[in-house]
Amino acid sequence: MAEGEEIFDEMHGFGEGVRAPYASYGCWFDKTTPSALLKKSRDAQTFFRRTGITFNVYGDAEADERLIPFDLVPRIIGASEWALLVRGIEQRVKAINAFLYDIYHRQEIVRAGRLPERLIRENDAFLPKMIGFDPPGGIYTHIVGIDLVRTGPNEFFVLEDNARTPSGVSYMLENRETMLKMFPELFAQMSVQRVSGYPMALRRSLERSAPHQASGRPTVAILTPGIHNSAYFEHAFLADQMGVELVEGHDLRVVGGRVAMRTTQGYEPIDVLYRRVDDDFLDPLNFRSESMLGVAGIFDVYRAGGITIANAPGTGIADDKAIYSYMPDIVEFYTGQAPLLKNVPTWRCAEADSLSYVLEHLDELVVKEVHGSGGYGMLVGPAASKKEIAAFRKKLEARPSNYIAQPTLALSTVPVLTKAGLSPRHVDLRPFVLVSSDGVEVTPGGLTRVAMKKGSLVVNSSQGGGTKDTWVLKEG
Amino acid sequence: MLGRTASGLFWMARLLERAENTSRLVEAGFRMALTRSQPGEEEWRSVLVTAGCCDAYLERHDTIEGEKVADFALRDRSNPSSVMSALHAARESARMTRTALTREMWEAINDFWMVARDALKRPPSETDLPEILTLIRQQGAQVRGATTGTMLRNDIYNFVMLGIMFERADNTARILDTKYYVLLPSSASVGSSLDNVQWEMILRSASAERSFHWLNGGNITPRAIADFLIFDTRMPRSLAYCYDTITYQLDWLSRQYCQRLETHDLAASLEASLTATTIESVFENGLHEFLTDFLVRNASLSSQIEKDFRFAE
Repeated sequence: MAEGEEIFDEMHGFGEGVRAPYASYGCWFDKTTPSALLKKSRDAQTFFRRTGITFNVYGDAEADERLIPFDLVPRIIGASEWALLVRGIEQRVKAINAFLYDIYHRQEIVRAGRLPERLIRENDAFLPKMIGFDPPGGIYTHIVGIDLVRTGPNEFFVLEDNARTPSGVSYMLENRETMLKMFPELFAQMSVQRVSGYPMALRRSLERSAPHQASGRPTVAILTPGIHNSAYFEHAFLADQMGVELVEGHDLRVVGGRVAMRTTQGYEPIDVLYRRVDDDFLDPLNFRSESMLGVAGIFDVYRAGGITIANAPGTGIADDKAIYSYMPDIVEFYTGQAPLLKNVPTWRCAEADSLSYVLEHLDELVVKEVHGSGGYGMLVGPAASKKEIAAFRKKLEARPSNYIAQPTLALSTVPVLTKAGLSPRHVDLRPFVLVSSDGVEVTPGGLTRVAMKKGSLVVNSSQGGGTKDTWVLKEG
Repeated sequence: MLGRTASGLFWMARLLERAENTSRLVEAGFRMALTRSQPGEEEWRSVLVTAGCCDAYLERHDTIEGEKVADFALRDRSNPSSVMSALHAARESARMTRTALTREMWEAINDFWMVARDALKRPPSETDLPEILTLIRQQGAQVRGATTGTMLRNDIYNFVMLGIMFERADNTARILDTKYYVLLPSSASVGSSLDNVQWEMILRSASAERSFHWLNGGNITPRAIADFLIFDTRMPRSLAYCYDTITYQLDWLSRQYCQRLETHDLAASLEASLTATTIESVFENGLHEFLTDFLVRNASLSSQIEKDFRFAE
């Protein structure tokens, strides 16, 4: 973002006073004493630690489980703003599914010259074993979490399409529970849309995606890598809320052509597996042979129509950062419409012109690894030291095709509560989307991540970011 | 229910019970040491023997002293049956079976672990020890309250209760076996102060001193103590009570699962040997032999449950 560029604050706009969605909240806040709020904030932390909403950081085995900081000023989105987002998200998610079907079948988009073939052929996230296979219901991404950022009243950009195993939905639900407990009077005053229907909607959506041969009510289970995974809390939370089993690889085996779980009364077949294990680890017979997290032979059962795996193996190609820059074309190609949600302008460092531009402007850009996630291995130019930039330059020059670069957007801010009162912090937004044969369902809410450090643009929890409850107001 | 979940619940419950039992042993040892003029090395040794960690202790320490024993039994993570080790493992099991637990129960277990961790950050001094032990007892009671107050009476509850009762029966039998010689008629110089202290230690280790005195009035004999802790089904830590509960839970499982397994036959025969035996015949045939045989059968029934209900592949 350029020096002195104005930043949009979602509560105060560009300084013109409290915006409409925050009007009631603003009045309430003015009547509340700051010390009472700070006390509530401490109560919330205690509550989270007691309920065990903590996450483990990879590579930090000895560290205590950490809490993600929770800020109790809600992020509020008006009904019309939300309606706009929902239309854009639906369009994008439909395009992603059409894209996945296409690249695992006739690859029309490549034939039409809209996407370079090497981006698929040379991509680790592309799974040749999925070619020609029709997943049950034709759905690849049952669960999607689209990362959005905002720069103005109606200016939204998609930062990332999480089409593999998006996490964070438990925070959306628990943050709301916490807010309901702490500020019941606010919910009585303002009409905030519910998010608590998500687990049942997820279960329904997974059940609808059962393979044809399932008889009676389909058996759904969640596959977790285990208690040491950073998102284990969420896996257990969702299983609990949906009322389904939480299984690990060693609970499962292939019995009579079905994937079955070992219960106290013998093996019981599973129809739909919501897996929170990466493709590579899903099946030691078909993918990485040393994997202890998966189930030997599950992919063969899948291909024979004996189980639905959600999301489908091979969906990672759709949220790959190299593919990302083609998303506007992809949306247009499959929906025949101009994209409703913008992409952040992206330089593909694999292309010589782009690379030289990026190398010249490293101090202004955000440079990301094509396959990275969680805020690791990225350079935030404006915030980096000369030394960090120089070190990154070497990495970039050594493997340009491993990187993309984007301008640092003037991310919107939302106030957080500090000891000195309200203070703006940058935020992003991850709404959660379910896809089934019934269509696309966007839960009115989402995960708002907030950079807790003043001026920081990095919102990732692994880098010290926090969360907020996200309120979507009802019409009128 | 997943076999792994059954295993997690069973062991979670066993380990929680173990943490409480170990702290109760320390409490009894501490109490004995206080009421004696001599340093109570023998009492502390029997605490270690009952907790099954005497050898491990002697590998790390040359002398048996109260503060060292308390530290080893309560907070030493190299001792797998220390209160902290047991609580840590119990909490891991609880996390693994989180979907089977009520929110209240998980919170009580998580709280137990957090409170104990904070209270046992440093080696406890003799002055702090009573307060810490009280805290542990209260936290244990909270878990029990959440268990009985919030859980559905289904197979989840059955495996939790089984875990508690196997651990408890094991613990009570060990308490008796560690001190069996002071209960033998030959050594009973009734009324001598030494024996009174020893008997009281046994009763305290099983949280049984008040109820025993209430039921028996002045009649403190080794036979009455052994009878109480082995055969009295009114006493919630007696072997007979534990087996009453174990067979009840197993019958429940067999009805729910519509199958009777080898486990059920083993349990029935063990329970029968408790109901058909009297304290007289136990003393006649040897208290130590009876307890050793019980411990072995208790352990093998526990393994049979793990097998029959597919705890592991």
